[in-house]
This record gives sequence, structure tokens and C-alpha cells, in this order.
Amino acid sequence: MIVAKRKPLGEIAEMLASYKKVTVIGCRSCVAICLAGGEKEVKMLVSALKIRNRKEGKRQDFEGLVVERQCEKEWVKEVEDKILGSDITLSMACSLGAQTIGDMYPKHLTFPGLNTGIFGVPEEQGVWSEKCVGCGDCIIHTTGGICPISRCAKSMLNGPCGGSADRKCEVNLEVECAWAAIYDRLKLQNRLDLIERITPAKDWSTSHSGGRRVFVREDAKLTQHQKKGKEVVL
Amino acid sequence: MTDRRPKIVGFCCEKHGADAAVLAARSGKHIDASVRLVQVPCTGRIDGIHLLSALEEGADAVFVLGCLEKNCYYDTGSIEGRKRVGYVKQVLAEAGIEKERVEMFNAASTNAWAFPEAAAKMVEVAKRLGPIGGGEK
Amino acid sequence: MKAGSNLEKVLESGKFAVTAEIGPPQSANPEPLTHHAKMLKGCADAFNLTDNQTAVVRLSSIASAVIIMREGIEPVIQMTCRDRNRIALLSDLFGAAALGVRNVLCLTGDHQTFGNEKGCKNVFDFDSIVELQVFDNLRREGKQPGGEVIKDPPKVYLGCAENPFATPYEFRVSRLAKKIAAGTDFCQTQAIFDMDMFEKWMDEVRARGLDQKMHILAGVIPMKSAGAARYMKNKVPGMIVPNHIVDRMKSAKDQKEEGIKLCVEQIEHLKTVKGVHGVHIMAVAWEEMVPRIVQEAGLFPRPTID
Repeated sequence: MIVAKRKPLGEIAEMLASYKKVTVIGCRSCVAICLAGGEKEVKMLVSALKIRNRKEGKRQDFEGLVVERQCEKEWVKEVEDKILGSDITLSMACSLGAQTIGDMYPKHLTFPGLNTGIFGVPEEQGVWSEKCVGCGDCIIHTTGGICPISRCAKSMLNGPCGGSADRKCEVNLEVECAWAAIYDRLKLQNRLDLIERITPAKDWSTSHSGGRRVFVREDAKLTQHQKKGKEVVL
Repeated sequence: MTDRRPKIVGFCCEKHGADAAVLAARSGKHIDASVRLVQVPCTGRIDGIHLLSALEEGADAVFVLGCLEKNCYYDTGSIEGRKRVGYVKQVLAEAGIEKERVEMFNAASTNAWAFPEAAAKMVEVAKRLGPIGGGEK
Repeated sequence: MKAGSNLEKVLESGKFAVTAEIGPPQSANPEPLTHHAKMLKGCADAFNLTDNQTAVVRLSSIASAVIIMREGIEPVIQMTCRDRNRIALLSDLFGAAALGVRNVLCLTGDHQTFGNEKGCKNVFDFDSIVELQVFDNLRREGKQPGGEVIKDPPKVYLGCAENPFATPYEFRVSRLAKKIAAGTDFCQTQAIFDMDMFEKWMDEVRARGLDQKMHILAGVIPMKSAGAARYMKNKVPGMIVPNHIVDRMKSAKDQKEEGIKLCVEQIEHLKTVKGVHGVHIMAVAWEEMVPRIVQEAGLFPRPTID
């Protein structure tokens, strides 16, 4: 899932300082699961901002609400009046949610309440770790099911580097060396021959390096005719 | 100094915390403050928003009184409660509010002193810090 | 001859080679380089110019190489994958070769979090093995990874670094084999303090016949003090310094003198290890000691080969 983290309260308060009426919108998808921007987090943020304002003798109106999935227009549309009825919207979804609102209401201000971080996995309760960077050309069948691009600090395809000690990453001694993990996994699978093979220069054009990516499923797209029909229904 | 009596809210679990409070009341302990007691099934069920809401609605300080950590009716409930209190302290600090306004206490139901002692500590904090933002909600 | 460099000639003729390191300055001043070049001339077969080592910004490796070449000594440039994508790596390789550089050490590079520009964006388009493979294909066939075939490819002697002491240990020899398959001609190792562990690694290297396929130059670092020994033991990732060495440095009356003595002893030992074809002296910020170490280790004068 997409893992995000709330911005520091002071930074949020500063962003919103000159606006009277603020709508805070959370999301019930990824950011709710990672405890950054779900219903509880929206409520807590609104409450904390109110208490802060009381201390500073400032007045602002806050309204907090949550939508099912903020990156989808249909769900955002349901709270349109709340968005447009405010001076500013603080999105407590990932940047995708914030941008969806921004794209739908380009004249209205929508600011991010979260820092969107990683494609991550909950390792244990309260801990999420990065395991993919979306390079667009998955190779984990050759690396024991472990992604070296996201899990190695140097994205090495022929690791490990010379800095790994006690099977830890030299960049962060709390983190397991991705290539130590790959070695163990391949050994377990009796496929160590794979690690002796040279993985040649990677074609990064499928990644963000190739420019902004748009994935299309032609069969799922609506035809002009279907789009017209849908407009009538709406 | 303000002549206003401090407003304190205490969240007590129904297994130990609330019983300790009742016991204290029966033994006639007096507290010079407005202390509201909110009985909850378990302090592990308290969410950060409950504590923040109390402060937002005008409490000067909030405390949570749960079971002793090694003798919690729901095993780890009061440990969860302590973690929530810790998180609220962090949020308060970020908001520029004194984090001592929220505290966690533990007691057995037979500890008649526990509730008055917790309340007294919070009253002391509330008196020292005064109401948030000078009392204007 | 692949490149015809002095280092290549010494190694290919079967002589015991000596390389040493010169750290470029953290400034635009070429003076320290010229100073070191004059001082070190003749005491090694080639000199490595580090490429922003530990991610600290320094005068570039290629520019440093050209500066020391003016003093008549041979450079080994280092090229890390941290700061350059393949376009920049290839372009710099063409440029370096055009300026007369003949030895290139391929490295992945220290992560930027160790350096003085921690907020930078890294590249890592390649790792060291891919870099070697691409450079080797280029010098042999003039072929770029994107398919373009060029005229007049760079004629360079390619090297790599390897750390016998990094984990997982079981994989370290395989990694050297991969570097050989990728086209390396020589390998400069991480500084060796644990001789037993190094010899074990060399046993495996020889068992796989890898010492026959390229030249291993064993790395040494002369230590100025017991503090330096402790620092390397505890703080440098992937470096192993046994306790007896720290103790020996600690109990020495003159620690600097002991550091030199120890280094010379280590070189004497490494000369006897089968499959080791040279030493690489990394006298970090203590370059002035290199001539003395080379002399005392009986490696002076250096051979001249035509």
C-alpha cells in the first residue's frame, strides 16, 4: 500500500494560517490503514489545531470528514459542497488524493497534510517498510523474491557492496542488507547460480526516468458512446 | 492567579480505576477542583481523540487511571492506554501545548489513595499552567 | 596490451606491483596534488586519484589525474556510479582517455549519507559490475549499452575494488568472479589487517583459479595512532581490525613509528601470499610516508618496462 506520514503540526498550521474556513478531508484507503489520514487521524488533527488556536488566541473554522477513496473522483464528488464551501482544503490522503481534489477544483486551494512516502508493507504493528519503487520492470523472480532496487540503498543489481557488515546496510545499521537477504533466500531455494550471473545494465525507461507513466487497459476504457450514456445517467 | 477552579477529566477503567475512585469517595477524600470521571470499559479502548476532545472542550488537564500493568483485567489494556497517552503528549508538544496536561496512572481497585493522588497531581499541573489560551474556548 | 599503461606493463610482466592513493583536495587548488606528485614520483607504478571518496566533495578524479600527469606520474582514475548516469560515465571515460588516462577503477561508490552533501540525489544507474561490463564491451567492440557502435573507443586498463571482509563472506569470492567475468584486469582490495581471514579468502580465490585471470593488489593502510586503529575497527563499515593490532598500536611508545613498522611487516607478509601480485598503499592524509614504506618493504626502485 501507499504509506504516508502526517506533516508536523506546526507546518500544517502555518500553511493554513491565513484561511478562515478549513475543510480537512481524510481517506479510508491506504492512509487509514497506515494510521496517517483515516477518520481518527482527521479528528485528532482537527482537535489539535483547535487547541493550538485557542492557545494562540486565533479563530479558524475547521471541519473534518473522510471519504472512501480520495484518488477517485466519484468519492470526492460526494463532498464537493464541503470542499467548495471552504477557503481551503487540507487533504489528509496521500498526494494522489490531494491532487485528485486539486484537479477537480483547480481554482480552489488544496494543500497536503501528509508527506507521501513509500510503497510499503506493514512489517509489524506500527512499522512499515519500503519494498518497491515502481521501476516498471519487475525482476524479483531472479533475486529470490526480494527487490534490490528499493531495499538496497544503492539499488545495486549485482550486490552486495563492500560496506555490508554483520549483514546490515552501511547506510542504516538497523536495516538488513538486501543482498544478504537475497543470498540467503537463493541459497534456501537452491538457486545460488542466479547470484553468480551478471545482471546487465537495467533499462530504466519503464521507470519514472522514462517520463510520467500512464497505464491503460483498453478493454476497460469507455467508448465515446458509453461516455455519453454515462453523462445522461449522472 | 485565577479564582476559577481547575477543570480536570479523569478516564477510569471499570475494572480497577473506577473502583479505586469510588473507594476514595467513600473514605471522604476532598479534592479542590472540578474533576469529571469518565468510566470506560478498559483504558486500552481510549483513543487519542477522547483525550484531545476533553482538552478541546475546556479541560485544563486530563488523566487516565487504569489497572496496574502487571495485573490488568484485559492483560495489556493499560499498556495500550499508556501508549495512547504518550501519542497525545507528542501531538500536544507539536501543537505547542504543555504535554504534562495529559498523564497516565495505574492503580488496583483497593488503592483508596490512587484517584485523589492522580487528581491532585493534575490539579497542581492545571494550577501551574492555567487554562489553555487563558480560558477562552 | 589493452591500454599500454605502466601499471599494465608491470603487472603483465609478472612483477610485483605497487600502487598508492592520492586524495584530491577539498578545493580548487591544484597545489597539494602537484606537491604530492613531486614527492611520490618513482615510488609506485601508478597512483589512484579518489573520486569524491566517502561522498565528500573534492577536486575531480579526472582533473587530478591530468594535474599529476604533468609531473610525469601515472594515474588510476576512480569512477563511481553514485554521481553519474551512463551518459556521464561514458562521456567522462572518453574525455579521460582523450586526456591520456589509461587506468580506470570502477566503483559503485560510497553512499552520499557519509559525505558533506547528504541531501543530494544519487544516481546509481549502474553498479560497479555493470560499469565494468559496459566499459569492457566498449573497449573491445566499441559498443555502448544502448547499441551504438563507436569509432576510436577508449583504450583503458580496467580495475575494481573488492572487500574480502564484507558480509555475506560466503559470497565475496563469487563477487570477485563476477567482476572478472565483467572484464576487470586488476583488483585492489580493502585494507587488510586480518591476515588469517585474507589468506582464507585467497585460498578460495586460488581454488577457483581467479588469481590467474586478473591481478590482485592487496590493500594496506599505515596507521598514525591507536585511535586510528580503533576508529577503523569500530566505525568503518566492512573493515576488520583484529584486537592484537589495536593492542600493539596502543602499547607502542612511538605510535606513528609503530604504524609504519606494522605496515611494512604487512607488505612483507602479503608478498609471500600466492596469487597476490602487488600492494595498494592507502596512506590517507599521510602520503609523505609512502616513499619510506616502499623503500623499507624492499620494493624500491620501481621497475621500468618498455
